[in-house]
Amino acid sequence: MVKNNLKFEQLETASKKKKIIYRWILFLILGIFALYYITPLYVMIVTSLKSMEEIRTGNLFYLPKTINFDSWLEAWRGQLVNTTSGLKVDAGNVYLKNYFWNSVKMVVPAVAISTILGALNGYALTKWRFKYDNIIFLLFLFGTFIPYQAILLPMARTLGVLGLSNSITGLVVVHVIYGLCFTTLFCRNYYVSISDEIVRAARIDGAGFFKIFFKIMLPISLPILVVTVIWQFTQIWNDFLFGATFSFGEAAPIQVALNNMVLTSTSVKRYNVDMAAAIIAGIPTLIVYVLAGKYFIRGLTAGSVKG
Amino acid sequence: MATLKVNDINKNFGKTEVLKGINLNISDGDFLVLLGPSGCGKSTLLNTIAGLETANSGDILIDDYRVNDMEPSDRDIALVFQSYALYPAMTVRKNVTFGLEQRKTSKEKIEEALVNVSNLLKIDSLLERKPSQLSGGQRQRVAMGRALVRDPKIFLFDEPLSNLDAKLRVEMRREIKKLHQKLKTTIVYVTHDQTEAMSLGTSIAIMNHGIIQQCDSPKVIYDKPQNVFVADFIGSPSMNLIKGKIIEENNNLFFECDSSKNKSNIPLKNYKFVQNKNLKDKSVYFGIRPEHIYLSQNSDQSFEIKLKSELNEYIGHEQIITFNFNDQEILGKFSSSIDIPGNQEINLHFDLAQISLFDQKTEERI
Repeated sequence: MVKNNLKFEQLETASKKKKIIYRWILFLILGIFALYYITPLYVMIVTSLKSMEEIRTGNLFYLPKTINFDSWLEAWRGQLVNTTSGLKVDAGNVYLKNYFWNSVKMVVPAVAISTILGALNGYALTKWRFKYDNIIFLLFLFGTFIPYQAILLPMARTLGVLGLSNSITGLVVVHVIYGLCFTTLFCRNYYVSISDEIVRAARIDGAGFFKIFFKIMLPISLPILVVTVIWQFTQIWNDFLFGATFSFGEAAPIQVALNNMVLTSTSVKRYNVDMAAAIIAGIPTLIVYVLAGKYFIRGLTAGSVKG
Repeated sequence: MATLKVNDINKNFGKTEVLKGINLNISDGDFLVLLGPSGCGKSTLLNTIAGLETANSGDILIDDYRVNDMEPSDRDIALVFQSYALYPAMTVRKNVTFGLEQRKTSKEKIEEALVNVSNLLKIDSLLERKPSQLSGGQRQRVAMGRALVRDPKIFLFDEPLSNLDAKLRVEMRREIKKLHQKLKTTIVYVTHDQTEAMSLGTSIAIMNHGIIQQCDSPKVIYDKPQNVFVADFIGSPSMNLIKGKIIEENNNLFFECDSSKNKSNIPLKNYKFVQNKNLKDKSVYFGIRPEHIYLSQNSDQSFEIKLKSELNEYIGHEQIITFNFNDQEILGKFSSSIDIPGNQEINLHFDLAQISLFDQKTEERI
């Protein structure tokens, strides 16, 4: 007995020691990754708050001596120059304000339409049996694997025929069509986990296809709707390729404008304004994540875990 | 209040035949229980009656009117689901009245029906709650309320109690029985639980492999099972089926057990054969329920036999003893107050008024 106890005590101290060492290794690795992710953001914010003078003379990682938001204002509404009729925005100057609203006008309807259609598709594919429903589902699945580049030319032609090229409406159409496969897939996987008996009960109660969808399915779909909204919002807001291909000039979304702004500066590169503009372009997605983030995680796992 | 006729229903999913020529005739006020192991097609049959599935052939008649081509909502039936299938986003009140609202019933009538049903099922204090805030038993009540409120011609129940815990199940079973006695509505009830079936049904249809094996009153099903499947399915522990054959001695029929060492042939002179042709030397199963084996003589048709007890399972209110009968296991069920020694020859009495004989080949009752 004594011998046994001794052995257990040794094992206990050994495993305690091991636990502490592993814990520290874990923290170290996590710390390195956190630093790696946060450094660019830090540099962006710090640089956007510095003056050009300070950027040129100082170090990339130094904190600004004084905080000023001039470069943010410039990124938002352009650089003011002295003209004969007072302070005005230079005509050749690219700034974000108009394009930001372009993006909002594009993203809101595109997200709303693709989400609601995706939910409707998912509901129809899981709760109703119709001919070739499996094949249609496979086609949707296949649609999620189509790369952006593959649809550029046919889509440009289609938009041309529809008379929607170089318009925000055209971009809404493109994003709805491209996003539909994803939203359908998300919603289908969510609705699969919801008991078919609810739909059967509603059918016996006398409700039809759309009534069941709007009165019974939609009210319990919040978790997955949040997931699709976040996904679609991020995709559409951050999209550059479709925006650059199907629109130019005044109708361009913010990401295209950001690109133009950074690339077409005639004089010196104004890093502070560029950084501020990049942050402004990223803020809406950030807000969506903060507001709906907790549903995002919940919705992603919904359906995979029962109960 | 209605009659229900099911005429020759066939149904396949792809190549699997689920229902093979189902015929049922349910009169007004009947409580029919569809009983069978899982996968026997009983739920499919119920869904076909409800109109949620379409049969490949055959007719469903409610009050002698063919409803094959009618929507589930137009058949004037109500279905209570195993998962209760309450609408998660609606309050209990909304859940119960949803069906009436779809039917454009007037507000006053809806309110009246709601009050009646919620009083009857004692859910009046739960009306403003969401289903997630209810316990299993309460959900069950709401699900029944949703069915009752429309006052349909026929109630269909799809294993409504199998999600409840054992104690609640017994309680709800009694309430369903009371409800039926009070309302006298025609009910079709699907279950795989034989106790539920026996206690609730005015008649029971036992299904297996898409065929109705026997449809009769609970008593007939228990006393005179039609075939080996029914005999084995009903009763717990199930009926002892002893392999052997019928022999004739001095113009009297006897049952002779296979590998019978001690010639303890069981006389069959009082057995009511369904048909009495070619009985001699027929290979049969001799069926006797564990509860019809006694320690003392208590019937004039008793058959005395000495068997060795091999295993004793004590369950509280009773005990189940395994005996060796010519190397075949047979079970006996006795009150637990009696002390039965293990591994000993014991004098037993088979009540021959309660036995069943089945043909080994066809497995049908003879």
